[in-house]
Amino acid sequence: MSPRAAWRLESLGFTEVYDYVAGKLDWMAAGLPTEGTNAARPRAGDVARRDVPTCHLDEKLGDVQERVVAAGWDACVVVNSERVVLGLLRAAELRRDPALRIEKAMRPGPSTFRPYEEIEKIAKIMADRNLESVPITTSDGRLVGLLLRADVNRDLAPEERGKP
Amino acid sequence: MPREIGRDEVRRLMDQGAAVVEVLPANEYLEDHLPGAINLPLRKLETEALARLDPTRPVIVYCWDGA
Repeated sequence: MSPRAAWRLESLGFTEVYDYVAGKLDWMAAGLPTEGTNAARPRAGDVARRDVPTCHLDEKLGDVQERVVAAGWDACVVVNSERVVLGLLRAAELRRDPALRIEKAMRPGPSTFRPYEEIEKIAKIMADRNLESVPITTSDGRLVGLLLRADVNRDLAPEERGKP
Repeated sequence: MPREIGRDEVRRLMDQGAAVVEVLPANEYLEDHLPGAINLPLRKLETEALARLDPTRPVIVYCWDGA
């Protein structure tokens, strides 16, 4: 729709017309602010913890365990050099053999959500799948933060949280 | 010829004072829109664009996505 609008504006005499082709979806997926009636509703990108520890595929689990515990966490997101999410270490994975490389220890391909998604919807999915945390990423897979079920539930009324 | 741009250039042009126009229907605009954007649905461009926008000023148009 925006290409037609851009061309039409030009035909009406507008001299400098730009088309943001990726549009509102791209803007919101990057976690950038919006205005409007939904802007005040809590979204995944607002609630996600951006200070979540990260690690890389070729690290040793033992080294990562130490770092994660020292930071007061029980989860770690596995990313590449572009901060694209490749896996997740939740508490169960972090308890595995410290000699394992991360790529052998991690939970690969975790479900991710976009920053603009409403936490009410994600809360229900997390409850249904019994997920304690989910990575929030941009549309091109880059880590924004880790959304914790405890944080989601704190921001929602009990009836919005899905099954206990 | 309109130029296709990405998010970083949108932000740069917004900082420089470009007008930002969402061409989706009003209900979608009211829920969420880019900061400072005005709503000019595609069908209203003919009748309202010149009244609401300065044709000599840069203008960025967008909808939901590239589809």
